[in-house]
Amino acid sequence: MKYTPNPPAVVEDMLHSLGLNTIDGLYTDIPEELKINGLNLPSGLSEIELRKEIKRLAGENLSTEDYPCFLGAGAYDHYIPAALTELLGRSEFYTAYTPYQPEISQGILQSIFEYQTLICRLTGMDVVNASMYDGASALAEAAKLAALSTKREKILVPDTVHPEYLQVLKTYSLSGAMEIVVVPGKNGVADTEAMVAQIDKSVAGVIIQQPNFYGNLEAPEEIVQAVHSNKGLFVMCADPISMAIFKTPAKWGADIVVGEGQPLGNSLNFGGPYLGFFASTSKLLRRIPGRIVGQTADEDGKRAFVLTLQAREQHIRREKALSNICSNQALCALAATIYLTLVGPEGLKEIAVRSHQLAVYAQNQLEKAGFALKYQAPYFREFAIKLDDPAGANKRLLENGIIGGYELEDGMLLAFTEKRTKEEIDKLVAVLGGEKHE
Amino acid sequence: MSKLIFEKDIKGSNKFSLPPCDVPQVEISQHIPEKYLRQEELNLPELSEIETVRHFTELSHQAYGVDDGFYPLGSCTMKYNPKINEWAASLPGFTGLHPYQPVDTVQGAMELMYNTQEMLCEITGMDAMTLQPAAGAHGEMTGVMTIKAYHQRNKDVKRTKIIVPDSAHGTNPASAHVVGYEVVEVKSDDRGLVDIDDLREKMNDEVAGFMLTNPNTLGLFEEHIKDIAAIVHNAGGLLYYDGANLNAVMGVSRPGDMGFDIVHLNLHKTFSTPHGGGGPGSGPVGVKAFLADFLPIPVVVKEADKYIFDYDRPLSIGKIKEFYGNFGVVIKTYAYLRSLGAEGIREASQNAVLNANYIRNKLKDYYYIPFDRLCKHEFVASSRNQVKENGVTTLDVAKRLMDFGYHPPTVYFPLIVEEALMIEPTETESKERLDTFIDALVEIAREAKEKPELVKSAPHTTIIKRVDEVTAARKPVVKWED
Repeated sequence: MKYTPNPPAVVEDMLHSLGLNTIDGLYTDIPEELKINGLNLPSGLSEIELRKEIKRLAGENLSTEDYPCFLGAGAYDHYIPAALTELLGRSEFYTAYTPYQPEISQGILQSIFEYQTLICRLTGMDVVNASMYDGASALAEAAKLAALSTKREKILVPDTVHPEYLQVLKTYSLSGAMEIVVVPGKNGVADTEAMVAQIDKSVAGVIIQQPNFYGNLEAPEEIVQAVHSNKGLFVMCADPISMAIFKTPAKWGADIVVGEGQPLGNSLNFGGPYLGFFASTSKLLRRIPGRIVGQTADEDGKRAFVLTLQAREQHIRREKALSNICSNQALCALAATIYLTLVGPEGLKEIAVRSHQLAVYAQNQLEKAGFALKYQAPYFREFAIKLDDPAGANKRLLENGIIGGYELEDGMLLAFTEKRTKEEIDKLVAVLGGEKHE
Repeated sequence: MSKLIFEKDIKGSNKFSLPPCDVPQVEISQHIPEKYLRQEELNLPELSEIETVRHFTELSHQAYGVDDGFYPLGSCTMKYNPKINEWAASLPGFTGLHPYQPVDTVQGAMELMYNTQEMLCEITGMDAMTLQPAAGAHGEMTGVMTIKAYHQRNKDVKRTKIIVPDSAHGTNPASAHVVGYEVVEVKSDDRGLVDIDDLREKMNDEVAGFMLTNPNTLGLFEEHIKDIAAIVHNAGGLLYYDGANLNAVMGVSRPGDMGFDIVHLNLHKTFSTPHGGGGPGSGPVGVKAFLADFLPIPVVVKEADKYIFDYDRPLSIGKIKEFYGNFGVVIKTYAYLRSLGAEGIREASQNAVLNANYIRNKLKDYYYIPFDRLCKHEFVASSRNQVKENGVTTLDVAKRLMDFGYHPPTVYFPLIVEEALMIEPTETESKERLDTFIDALVEIAREAKEKPELVKSAPHTTIIKRVDEVTAARKPVVKWED
């Protein structure tokens, strides 16, 4: 199936209008030695054949749509309302380019402005950009912003942050703009004493993930105080659903807040596309990366929205830009906007509370079956248990139609969303218990 | 102008609900100390489902996509986004996959990734490909990091500069800079191509690499690419291919054969995946074999009949993103490549080039065309004459095009052409579409002469007129306050 509309006779006419006889005449500027004689790829497929091939590939995967999933570790199986999927499928949205032409892009610009406002209200922060690639790269950009705006290099981060985020931080530090110092955690949370001991005037910023990789809640009061009294920045990487019921990053004292926005209406999608959100205090507005939509007026004084503060960005500043980001995750941000509107404030709180309640139930049942929590800190919707053979346990769970948890060295990280049920948890505990008593 | 969701807030109107709770309903404060809990009200708007649906449907009517009409944005390759691709990416067998599921349970997804990598390698003439970067600029950053890692590995630490042409996309110098390189610009010559003498002069043992788009942003093929590659390689540098313009040469010529060492692609341009109003994109990076060890982890490899993620790659630059990239976007590219096949891919490029040349040829009597010769998938026109004669600028022409129902071309880029209008029609437009677009531009050229005010005050048919961007930037309002 091809998507070129012109019939051969029209192509010929068009070539003639250029004084050419063959389509190869369009490539006389390429040296002959650089031309290839066709590609070594399969022939094209009709739509019927393609559909079969795609269904075959999709069919070879085991979907969380069909099996209860207790994996979290940075990607969460929350429910996505049907209306969201329908609205996101409107091709005026998904086939549009970046809204550089405000007169014909008000719909997209307004939706981004709404997104910015929603994330401000969720995080308690002053400003939000139009989105980043994902939580990890947003965190790396936040660390870089901390380094650039304090003119220091050292970034302190506890190892209770998601391991992949730590890896991305290290990769981004190849730029030479920052130095990542990882501080070992203690009992599943950041080691406050060790962190505070390392905070001085050389530290650009300190990162805390809330809840952290192990699902535990961090208590960063002393760390925040130490970093602020040394004029460094406090960067918080936070879960968006948790903010419905937990203290906002702003109240913890965050200067920059980032996070993985996937739980807000974006499918698991085998890891992407997801959504990095990026928020900060108004003080940093003119230095944050990415696109920002602002409210203004048109010539008649009508309210209008427009991409603003573009002088920060690569297409204007070129090598002086603070970030090179151009395309972002606009459609995923739109999904988050629609999601938050569809579930509303009460719905979001209910989703957060239910996820927590199911986790508490699972903890109780697991403890009754003889399992122990790996850590004792308060958690949100995810916790780690001790387990000798997590790989074996996951294999057994899979045989019983359950996608198990994230395997830790001597334990397992289990996540619970509002989609899980008592029945599924009981089965999880039973199968895990069988494994344990073998 | 539409009301905002915050202006449609009616308490109690949102009826979203969860199933009845079948576990004990513990109070949050029972398990979580007070200091962790949210203190202020969660101030989100409350809308009913129908009002939510109407709101976003209304916003969609104030957006303009490829499905709404012709979108000749230069360098953006706004081609048709086939609907079967959307269907493919929406299957629960893909959308419902958690990234940490055991590899045995995601073999179909991994096969799709592996085969997409292989096909992209064939098209670009590269030996290894990563799908991890989330967008073009992210791919550039990954590519430049690969350059850096390679030189560091060779203990070649003197190389602190990256060269880019003065016609380069803004992301090129920005990407080089964020990886810690000093950016050096090389001039274009009077034919719009890299000035070979200038390149020769600037290329030395302090240069890590040269980032080039071919065809370049003027839509012109860099005819001396073999010489360019030799100059860069002889001085120990690497040659980087910005794949933004690959749509011109697929199946005809390959960056790998031209001498490029690293390539980034934009699946959301060349490979038909939609732009989503600004993303998500996907920016795979391909390299020659001698750089394969530096690619981000994990790499999808095939062992016997099984696909696995290889994390054991000590020279890798590491991870640049969570998980494995924008997989949902990759599905669409896979469907596109299988749909077109070898011959269809080549035909796509040929028709893209034909369409661009067809418009260029028809417009040359009405607009100044600085490099009026055979172009590739795009060309650059200029409103220079209109400015001189009637004070009508490229911005005016662009805005007036909206009244004719078109998305404007890319304007004021590349920077080396004054009053630039960069036009890229893509292969999925019919001659009839091109003709009506040409007619509109010809009509605007006539208006510029006869009633310039009409053009200068455009657009006239859109829901808002031109906006006050200065106030927006001076006194930024970036969120709604009740």
